[in-house]
Amino acid sequence: MIRLSIPLRQALSRLSLPLMIAAAFATMLLGKADALLAERARVLLGDLLAPIHAVVAEPVRALRDGVLEVGELASLRRENARLREENERLRRWQQAALALESENALLRRQLGYVPEAAPTFHTARVVADTGGVYARAVLLAIPPGVSVRRGQVALDERGFAGRVTEVGSRSARILLATDMNSRIPVTLEGSRARAIMAGTNGARPRLQHFGDARPEEGERVVTSAEGVAFPAGLPVGVVRWTAGGVAEVELFARLDRLDMVRLFDFGLGGILPPDAVARPEPRARR
Amino acid sequence: MVGRPEPSRSPLRRLDALGRASVPATVLVALMVLASGPTGLPGGVGAVALPCVVFWSIFRPGTMPPPVVFGLGLLHDLLSGAPLGVGIITFLLAHGVAVTWQRPLARQSFLRVWLAFCGLAVGAAVLGHALSALLAWNLPPLAPALHQAALAIGLYPLLAGALGGLHATLMRAEDRR
Repeated sequence: MIRLSIPLRQALSRLSLPLMIAAAFATMLLGKADALLAERARVLLGDLLAPIHAVVAEPVRALRDGVLEVGELASLRRENARLREENERLRRWQQAALALESENALLRRQLGYVPEAAPTFHTARVVADTGGVYARAVLLAIPPGVSVRRGQVALDERGFAGRVTEVGSRSARILLATDMNSRIPVTLEGSRARAIMAGTNGARPRLQHFGDARPEEGERVVTSAEGVAFPAGLPVGVVRWTAGGVAEVELFARLDRLDMVRLFDFGLGGILPPDAVARPEPRARR
Repeated sequence: MVGRPEPSRSPLRRLDALGRASVPATVLVALMVLASGPTGLPGGVGAVALPCVVFWSIFRPGTMPPPVVFGLGLLHDLLSGAPLGVGIITFLLAHGVAVTWQRPLARQSFLRVWLAFCGLAVGAAVLGHALSALLAWNLPPLAPALHQAALAIGLYPLLAGALGGLHATLMRAEDRR
């Protein structure tokens, strides 16, 4: 320890606050001039403190869980009453559904209605998002022993996703409804008007050729059986009008995060989607 | 300290004194680290640190010299993600004000000290806000700064109670010497 005279020490201690404030301003300027330095120091400190925080986090989480538990207990009674009421309501709906079902069966019997065969489907995993000649297409891994044909319809868990365009022995490519080459015949559910849903490579395909029937905002769009490529009534999306006055379809399917699709074989041939491989002669325009 | 006999200069004694002198800052560092953890309190670091800095500056200024306050402010800035230097200047100025008014404040009742701290906390919040506005060259919302000041004011009695106990313990240890 350096021995200093008492007046010098007093002067130093009196000077230390202004000195420190000056140093603080210098630090401020340094932090402003070199933002990376502060960031690096922060990261270093965070690395040092991470184990401490991890240890502290356990009791804190236990405490928070306990508090939440107490709150949940308090709301349990209200929740119970609500559920009881909802159950009552659902029971009424169930009665209505059962009555409708029996009435439906009765009417079908009178009509001699032939029920549709349940379509068969395979589930396949999406393994790649892009590739091939289409901008919006996905590649599926097909398990061996599963036969896939071109023209099969792919749906995710919410709605229509696209059609199979290429089939290999272990993989298949799906042309998504958003691709520029995709043209899907659709029906507007409210007005029963037919239209064509044309992809734009954007998130929302456009509606074209809907004739006089103006699609309503929010109207449901389902596939149409016209062209014998799709069964009627597969859910596709809802109509959205853009600010520019273009009718678009907001798809139910989440095409940006496809991971599994179901490939349905409806046994329909119809117009197959365009081939991806180069052909010797272009097909005549439809 | 005035009127205290100069302690003997044996190394053990010096270590003892050093340990005692470093208790407030060490406790505060631990508190800040805890507050920066997953407690879910936004602005918790500053709200914990400011009452402690002011308390020790009033009641035990020897343990809160400006370099230590500088370090605490730097730690605050690094932990809370505030622009570098804002916490340092805020803490240093709060410390300066508290030390200037230390003699009269230390003799006041708890309620008066708390009232003084309220003014200091609001002043520190406004100063910190002005400094970060100056540094970022746009006006951030004032609400978080005032929220932090309110949190600090609310935490002060709690912290002052605990620190008062610590202070009394340290004083007993000093008197026993």
